[in-house]
Amino acid sequence: MSDSKKYLIGVYDDDTVLLEAIYAIRTKGVKVLEAFTPFPVHGIDDALGYKRSRLPIAAFMFGATGTTCAICLQVLTLGIDWPMNIGGKPNLAYPAFIPVSFEATVLFAALGMVGTFLVASGLGPGAQKTVFDPRSSDDKFVLVLDLEKNSKFSQEQLSLFLKESGASEVNDKEIIG
Amino acid sequence: MQVTSDVREPLVTGGKTLKDVTNDICRQVEGRPSRSWIIAFVLALITLAYGTYCLMMTWFVGLGLWGLNKTVGWAWDITNFVWWVGIGHAGTLISAILLLFRQKWRTSINRAAEAMTIFAVLCAASFILMHMGRPWLAYWTLPLGNTYGSLWVNFNSPLVWDVFAISTYLTVSVVFWYIGLIPDLATIRDRATNKVSRLVYGTLAFGWNGAAKDWSRFESVSLILAGLSTPLVLSVHTIVSMDFATSIIPGWHTTIFPPYFVAGAIFSGFAMVLSLMLITRYVFHLEDYITYAHIESMNKIITLTGSIVGIAYITEFFIAWYSGVEYEGYAFINRASGPYWWAYWAMMTCNVVSPQLFWIRSVRRSLLATFVISVIVNIGMWFERFVIIVTSLHRDYVPSSWAMFAPTRYDIGDYIFSFGLFFTLFLLFAKFLPVINMAEVKAIIKSASEPDPHAGSKASKLGGKEVEVTDSNH
Repeated sequence: MSDSKKYLIGVYDDDTVLLEAIYAIRTKGVKVLEAFTPFPVHGIDDALGYKRSRLPIAAFMFGATGTTCAICLQVLTLGIDWPMNIGGKPNLAYPAFIPVSFEATVLFAALGMVGTFLVASGLGPGAQKTVFDPRSSDDKFVLVLDLEKNSKFSQEQLSLFLKESGASEVNDKEIIG
Repeated sequence: MQVTSDVREPLVTGGKTLKDVTNDICRQVEGRPSRSWIIAFVLALITLAYGTYCLMMTWFVGLGLWGLNKTVGWAWDITNFVWWVGIGHAGTLISAILLLFRQKWRTSINRAAEAMTIFAVLCAASFILMHMGRPWLAYWTLPLGNTYGSLWVNFNSPLVWDVFAISTYLTVSVVFWYIGLIPDLATIRDRATNKVSRLVYGTLAFGWNGAAKDWSRFESVSLILAGLSTPLVLSVHTIVSMDFATSIIPGWHTTIFPPYFVAGAIFSGFAMVLSLMLITRYVFHLEDYITYAHIESMNKIITLTGSIVGIAYITEFFIAWYSGVEYEGYAFINRASGPYWWAYWAMMTCNVVSPQLFWIRSVRRSLLATFVISVIVNIGMWFERFVIIVTSLHRDYVPSSWAMFAPTRYDIGDYIFSFGLFFTLFLLFAKFLPVINMAEVKAIIKSASEPDPHAGSKASKLGGKEVEVTDSNH
């Protein structure tokens, strides 16, 4: 049951042209699948209507987990499980626990957030996300339209929209899977 | 369209296009290793082999092979450890702190500087393992239960903080560096012509395809990692300095240590970045990406941090006298005029005097002068740690136990090991991974590059549309 999907690919030479093109095409009511660029183009989130990433919240949650774990570890080991007399100082010397708690916060926040990012974006060793045009990691800016989701327009119409908006070439691609 | 400014120097010269950036940076990854790379790599391997022999001897025979004695219990091992960790700090400073300050000139040096950080921290960690004497028991520093042979670790001790600080620093640096590499690895994968490199770089690239949504998350992640790394890097050297400052040894027991160590770390790290980048720039022909503007900016940071270090030296001396503590005063007089006077004055000359030459514009824009001074600064910073550690220890409270330290061939050999390790790793990195962050350089190419001197304005090629390019890198 090979289910093939057809895509229309607009290739642009410049990021500002791409940005304008996204606005122009979306105002026509065309649904854009995704844009692929060699570097982060500023303003593209707004152009494509993406919401702000919630990764900072994830980072905060992981960081707070790290702090909690580190404080619990230190209190449980030095304060409760096996209190030791170290230079006559109190067993629960909280100021001395700050460095380890801080390091654990940073470690948990960094690893947790990066892990979340990889999972959310479907990245990882062995992952193969569709590369519509390999030049999009070099010097081209690629806009991909899903033909199925834009059934109210014909392929010729869509192709014309892309060309009008400044695409230097328009290709179609069929992906089976 | 390219925008030029009369005030700011271009950060990429030669009128590069996006395609040129890809080609220039991928060239050494895709081509066969050059003769100079092979020679350098063989030399690094020989150094590593000799160093490994000395290291194995230290491990099998024990620390008696070093020149340590009952009075001087820390010498080259901890000197080298602090030196290497300090060097690592510049990479994080460039990749994190300069990102937060939106300094665009960091884009073409951050990749190599971060790689340097990781390798320097590995070298530092190797000295931590070595100085334990029985490195196979290194896991005793982790908070494991009694059944593993020790009580719980003492969380009041800066040495335990160090375990957490260094391992967190290494992990976060590796993650930060690798996340930044992913888009560039995808570029290499998409250009690969043979099966093996497509498979290897394809696996390493984690399936990246440059989707706008992924870039948006990627930018969030980079910014937060930078925000996390900034206090992290400051905490690491602060904790390293507390290894000394919380003791009661005169010469160590000073509250100035944390800021003074951090400034010294950035100082030596930038010097190491410059030494490495000047060579990389020459060997890989990256003159258009690492320009005089970059070198000058780094030299300014060296002058700033070098001056902070200089003030710290003078302050330490003043406080030793002003405190009225006899032992403290003696420790400092002994540093400057005792049997190790030469180390002290080598430190003062290299660290305080030499970076001041960068006040002269022609000196900080001279490649040769920059290279020489960067090496001198690193020699000076090694002496700084040696002076702090050995001169403070060798004459303690009881004159009958005063002693001198002299390195043996194993002290020297273990130091050589770290150089072998560092250069082997750095050369492998320089050959097989892109030394310049292509994606970030491409992002600034419009706003910060020199217009192509041979062609007309790029604007005419873009359908004549005049679009204002805003200052939009990060």
